[in-house]
Amino acid sequence: MSVLRQAARIAWKDLRIELRSREIVYTMAFFGGLLAVVYSFVFPSKSELVPLAAPGMLWVSIAFAGTIGLGRAFDRERENDTMRALLLAPIPRLAVFLGKSAAIAVLMLAVAVVVTPMLALLLGADLFADPGPLALSLVLGAIGFSVVGSVFSAALIKVRSRDVLLPVIIYPLLIPLFVAGTSVTAGLLAVPANPEKVWYWMGFLGIFDAAFLVVSLWIFESMVIE
Amino acid sequence: MSRYLTPAFALAGAIGLALTVWLIFTATPLAVDYTPGSRVYVSGTSLFYNQKIFYYHVPHAFMMFLAVGISGVCSIIFLAKRDPKWDDVALASAEVAVAFGAVVLLTGSIWAKAAWDHWWIWEKRLTMSLLLWLTLVGYVLVRRFAGASGERLSAGMAVFAMIGVPFIYVMVGAGDNHPKAGAEGNVATLDPAMRGIFWACVATFFCWFMALVTNRVQSARMEREVRELREKGLDAGLLA
Repeated sequence: MSVLRQAARIAWKDLRIELRSREIVYTMAFFGGLLAVVYSFVFPSKSELVPLAAPGMLWVSIAFAGTIGLGRAFDRERENDTMRALLLAPIPRLAVFLGKSAAIAVLMLAVAVVVTPMLALLLGADLFADPGPLALSLVLGAIGFSVVGSVFSAALIKVRSRDVLLPVIIYPLLIPLFVAGTSVTAGLLAVPANPEKVWYWMGFLGIFDAAFLVVSLWIFESMVIE
Repeated sequence: MSRYLTPAFALAGAIGLALTVWLIFTATPLAVDYTPGSRVYVSGTSLFYNQKIFYYHVPHAFMMFLAVGISGVCSIIFLAKRDPKWDDVALASAEVAVAFGAVVLLTGSIWAKAAWDHWWIWEKRLTMSLLLWLTLVGYVLVRRFAGASGERLSAGMAVFAMIGVPFIYVMVGAGDNHPKAGAEGNVATLDPAMRGIFWACVATFFCWFMALVTNRVQSARMEREVRELREKGLDAGLLA
């Protein structure tokens, strides 16, 4: 069985648990939606400010919801002490890592599917004018977030203050990703839209993902030792 | 590491500090006639003695980047070889980098107030230094509060931080109004009277940096040895 198929099986295991309980998706999506409501109260929502503020709101919601999802996804392995079983399974650690992060990326995208229309609706942001590039940037953002997040969540699994330390670790490392993501969205919302900006930052996101994925693949093995 | 290394570096640093303070105020030209667009950008006014902060600010920034590099490389070796002595070095330079970074940000802030009339502006290189510094603070926090896994976690963080530096650099972009002396190799364009003393300052703070790092490496190693001995004693039933 190739590594990718093994990874797909691990991811499918996580997603199937999720499909049966729907715990993470429901809570993450509800939380993301709540954030959208909070934003529309606490930030000025004058129509000329929306294109400037909406990109940040979108990406901060996704980052917060993603952090919660990451914590839960690995808590599940910890509560049942299945992380050890997963690491002892006769498959490369690479497959475990890829499977876990793929599942988390899918969950994050599920949240984005809820939050994006919420923001568009509540703020009147024209987020769906050009849905292709927006979706691509969200996919790239979710991949980068889940890759880095999985490495550290897996290593934090035995640490008592993991809930606080996870954002302390990954947010500084992911700032370039957030900046690139918001810049893509800002380029799309600008009047008139700025395709040059959009594709510059899209490329940046892609290269960032590739570099961090390569490092994660190398580092996961030595970070997660039972 | 020889036990004379730390005192030797500390002594060299102390002599260098006394010497450079003297020279900075006597031998370097006073910033009175720099025009906008020249290497020291001042909006209409002159910096006078405020410019002297440059001699401390830039060497500290050099040392911070050096420390991040050392910490990242040592963390890679630590993760690959699992030899804790590399981790001691990574930890020591990261901690010292936090201190030097704090000096960079503080002195930079004072400069910014004098030159641009704001304590803080989201200028490219300031942003970059701040982000790097935040990562370093995260590193130290993790080390402190993550318990036994702290070593691996912070090593991983240092590796990612090092990979992230070029991205932050591209993200904040080239082209800014930050004085160009320093990180971009434009030290060569400095006034000859300033250049020698500037490099003397870099050497001074390098000695100071090395004194701190070697000292911290030794104490980190001792902490580790005490921990290991205690575990051995517990295993042998000699300690309660």
